[in-house]
Amino acid sequence: MIEIKNIHKTFGDNDVLKGISGKFKPGKNNLIIGGSGSGKTTLLKCIVGLHEPTKGDVIFDGQNFTEMDFEQRVPIRTHIGMLFQNSALFDSMTVEENIMFPLNLFTKQSHAEKLDRANFCLERVNLAGKNKLYPAELSGGMKKRVGIARAISMQPKYLFVDEPNSGLDPKTSILIDDLINELTEEYQMTTVIVTHDMNSVMGIGDHIIFLHDGQKWWEGTNHEIAHTDNKELNDFVFASKFMRAAKARL
Amino acid sequence: MFHSLGRYILLLRLSFRKPEKFNVYLAEVMREMVSVGVGSLGIIAVISVFIGAAVTIQTAFQLINPIIPKSVVGSISRDSTILEFSPTISALVLAGRVGSSMASQIGTMRVTEQIDALEIMGVNAPGYLISPKIIAGVTMIPLLVIVSVLLGFAGGYIACSVSAEVTTSDFLTGLTDGFNPVIVTVCLLKSIVFGFIITSICSYQGFYTSGGALEVGQSATKGVVYSCVMILFFDLVISRLLL
Repeated sequence: MIEIKNIHKTFGDNDVLKGISGKFKPGKNNLIIGGSGSGKTTLLKCIVGLHEPTKGDVIFDGQNFTEMDFEQRVPIRTHIGMLFQNSALFDSMTVEENIMFPLNLFTKQSHAEKLDRANFCLERVNLAGKNKLYPAELSGGMKKRVGIARAISMQPKYLFVDEPNSGLDPKTSILIDDLINELTEEYQMTTVIVTHDMNSVMGIGDHIIFLHDGQKWWEGTNHEIAHTDNKELNDFVFASKFMRAAKARL
Repeated sequence: MFHSLGRYILLLRLSFRKPEKFNVYLAEVMREMVSVGVGSLGIIAVISVFIGAAVTIQTAFQLINPIIPKSVVGSISRDSTILEFSPTISALVLAGRVGSSMASQIGTMRVTEQIDALEIMGVNAPGYLISPKIIAGVTMIPLLVIVSVLLGFAGGYIACSVSAEVTTSDFLTGLTDGFNPVIVTVCLLKSIVFGFIITSICSYQGFYTSGGALEVGQSATKGVVYSCVMILFFDLVISRLLL
């Protein structure tokens, strides 16, 4: 489980996060949603240690991550997988090399074992046989799936996903959401997803935190979100005519 | 300025932290050595021959006098090539070729979140990305400078063979006359320092890139400009201290 306590983040005079607390449970898809500029990506970066919070604590299974130095964080980081918005695959490496990269650095496995693991991860994301392609030769959806394969190569306990559906068509978006959902259940990972895609929210939102103006504005599940009377959340979720019509039918 | 200097020193300290796995870093060092060394051999060969020839012709033009032995042209060309033209001009050219490539490569990795991906995995990103480049720079650039010196002499020899002012035998005599080995030491020291300057400054500029494609280009430009200024500054410092 990941717990965040009173997270503040300030850039110059700009208070981006204003005291956010919450718990992210294993085996659940924990979604952080909110409008553009609400602070969701900053919160994700504070949780994974890419930004240091100005104030507050991030606790991974009882270990205070914010108080640790780089060396102390390494054992926790080897249990973290992350899928970036633009996949962040290493351009100079093939698909196979991308997936084997963390295995090369942090395991003592033989080359054959690492190759087996890479092939397994590729099969798991339905990209078997694409080992020798370079990221530039992949479509957006394939890059995301390779990103997921790389993220799960070390069998992580925590999976962080930043905007998994950005730039993807609706069908591919659903495939990616389903894949994340399946992997979360299968490996009982604590998955934290930053998104503003309402299909993801309704489809896989086991636990949702809605951020507004750098604060936690609402917390609940995808079943509860349709019946909330929170004005800002309603304005965000039911911004489109389609969503308003869907709500009216409920 | 002091903020940047402090950040540069801290980055260098991070770059030389103990590697996660020595083999993976060694492979990166080898890859960078090939890129810096073999990749730059062509351009260094071409400019060295031209510079060697030009230095010889210009020296001959200034020193042709009945009371000055013609072999002096060879001696002056030798000293100029070893002390100044090969290390400094090669370094300036390498700042453009190798330095801009390093700054833009690391800068692109920064803006496309590839460096974030390394950090999330627990990899010491400065160590993995920058230390192999610096090691490649301080080992391969001196080798390139040695090649440059030899090809500079070849350029001078060719210039003598096609001109009437100085014969090739006078030039060869001049190359060996009054040779002081300390100039080779100065040349190698300069090339090691220049290799460090090019790789570290350009890597620093790339590592702290923020924004997009425009900023990557700006980082590469800054890396090359600052490297060139520092190369010429340390050229002066080393010459003043050792000669």
